[in-house]
Amino acid sequence: MPDGLAIDVHGMTKRFDGLTAVNRVDLQVRTGDICGFLGPNGSGKTTFIRMLCGLLRPDGGSGTCLGHDVMTGSEAIKGLVGYMTQRFSFWDDLTIHENLDFVARMYSIGNRRRVVRESIERLGLEGQGNKLAGELSGGWKQRLALAACMIHDPKLLLLDEPTAGVDPKARREFWEEIHRLAEQGLTFLIATHYMDEAERCHRLAFILNGKLLSQGTVAEVIEQAHLTTWSVSGPDLTGLAGKLRVRPGVEQAVAFGNTLHISGDDADALLGAIAPFRAAPYEWRGIDSSLEDVFIHFMGGRAGRQMEGPRMDGPSS
Amino acid sequence: MKFSPSRLWAIVVKEFVQMRRDRLTLGMMAGIPVLQLLLFGYAINANPKHLPTAVLMADNGPQGRTLLYALENSSYFDFVRRVKTEPEGRRLLARGDVQFVVNIPENFTRDFLRGDRPAILVEADATDPVATVNALAALNAAVNGALKNDLKGPLAFLSGTAPPVELQIHALYNPEDITAYNIVPGLMGTILTMTMIAITGLAITRERESGTMENLLSMPTRPLEVMIGKIVPYILVGYMQMALILLTARLLFRVPMAGSIALLMAVTFVFIVANLAMGITFSTLATTQRQAMQMSMFFFLPNILLSGFMFPFRGMPVWAQDIGEFLPLTHFLRIIRGILLKGNGFTDVVRELWQIALFAIVAIALSVKSFRRTLD
Repeated sequence: MPDGLAIDVHGMTKRFDGLTAVNRVDLQVRTGDICGFLGPNGSGKTTFIRMLCGLLRPDGGSGTCLGHDVMTGSEAIKGLVGYMTQRFSFWDDLTIHENLDFVARMYSIGNRRRVVRESIERLGLEGQGNKLAGELSGGWKQRLALAACMIHDPKLLLLDEPTAGVDPKARREFWEEIHRLAEQGLTFLIATHYMDEAERCHRLAFILNGKLLSQGTVAEVIEQAHLTTWSVSGPDLTGLAGKLRVRPGVEQAVAFGNTLHISGDDADALLGAIAPFRAAPYEWRGIDSSLEDVFIHFMGGRAGRQMEGPRMDGPSS
Repeated sequence: MKFSPSRLWAIVVKEFVQMRRDRLTLGMMAGIPVLQLLLFGYAINANPKHLPTAVLMADNGPQGRTLLYALENSSYFDFVRRVKTEPEGRRLLARGDVQFVVNIPENFTRDFLRGDRPAILVEADATDPVATVNALAALNAAVNGALKNDLKGPLAFLSGTAPPVELQIHALYNPEDITAYNIVPGLMGTILTMTMIAITGLAITRERESGTMENLLSMPTRPLEVMIGKIVPYILVGYMQMALILLTARLLFRVPMAGSIALLMAVTFVFIVANLAMGITFSTLATTQRQAMQMSMFFFLPNILLSGFMFPFRGMPVWAQDIGEFLPLTHFLRIIRGILLKGNGFTDVVRELWQIALFAIVAIALSVKSFRRTLD
């Protein structure tokens, strides 16, 4: 890849009926990186990913994906990219083996039989290849989907909320697999809402209302938010949270077990806000802001405190 | 739990809201009855008149002319061609260019004047008994009435008991007027149209509804590959249906098979492809499987009513015939009835065949054009 960038795009824009779903997004992902793509529902993650793999025509933008032009080279890109859709999109009425075999044929893989057999072995599904995909549980469907979108040995994997509805153990195994593959040089762009998953990524990109707000490592993204957070413990934290939320400088007051996390991006204002309560029975402690605090901060800070209306993510989602 | 009117009302309201959202269904609810009313009310006529007739005049005497004039006056016969030989007339009948050939033999005038009761031969294309039965019934009356005026003066002696001419009617291709001979071959085309369009109509919409389309489109594939790939299996299905119907037609209905079955099978290929392409086009235009089914229904209705399957094609007004000429089924029915009942060969069917082929090409082009390569 030139400059070692698997994805290098600028000004990517997509509009649906006058609504801008993705607004001039720049994104660079180094080869071999796992890039977490964060953002609330309807923020434009799926639309952006679909533009990268040629499923949607961008209304604007330029750049390359795996060295091919994103505007004109979508046929070439399709052959090098594995795309795992948000919803399971393999054929329920085909067996595991038939699904994999079909995908292998679509990518014109030479030693198809061997590749499919090995893929089933790697899945740990030897002898179960004749099971219908529709009969699999959520976790197995997700593993099948990953295996299927890797069958042509792609260089870049675009995974759209791959672990939605998957139990914690399967999720952990899934991420271990991702890291293993990244070490072998595969590049990942993974859309997710889960903070624990975001923290497993090398880099993060945060998108909201179609705009990229922040990009970098977990530490960098937290740093960029300039967020100050206090932890407080004591009696009636729910009541305290209610009192604090209305004070200027307090952006969030969120319960974490027996403590309350208070954050705001203006450290002095926050200090002033909590000052009246900094006495017994409350115990206060300055802590590092978590990624979730930052996530909520980005959502709340930019869009105001009111609920965001639902947004289109694309015609068929 | 007791029956709750308010719950019932909730369901009623929900159904109405959903009905309102589905514009196509709403359109069909109005469109189908209107279409049916128009077609049944205006287009269909079980008593076809002005049937194209050829005449072979080997005798130019006045009585022959009077006869032809009377036939035309009965409004059942329109003389559109004049032929010189009997084989020429036969050929026009086989191709379906004319429904009847009226043959006024040599020496007709002389024999008539002598009181020899000369014969007039009327050959009828009886593949569809409904189309000819009324015309043939009118024939006798027209002939006898026409010559009444001539039987005066010196010829008064001819107005005896026996009619002055002998009317010979040859009902060709289906001499016993067996309706099944016409209907069963017609059914082959109708069944193929119905199943081919309905099956492929769902082909693309099913992928789209289940979300697998997104997956398919993310793979390196061309629209033509998807189209043809989805059509090919159903060509085989079409042939299996064809074989089944042919077998039934032969064994149960004893439908004559005068022509070449191999030719029929070859021609059917074009017809199947035309219908499959039409179905695929519906499939790319519709967003849900239900919409695709409704489009198929909408297409199927004129196919049944205007193709000459249920009602004689020539009984319809010109505008309905014009619509009918667009439909592949119309041409296929002529071909299959021609091959099975009349024993037509390739040269007889080719001019119907290219119209089906044209339809197929347009439908394929349309489906490839409307196939969305992206999710836009």
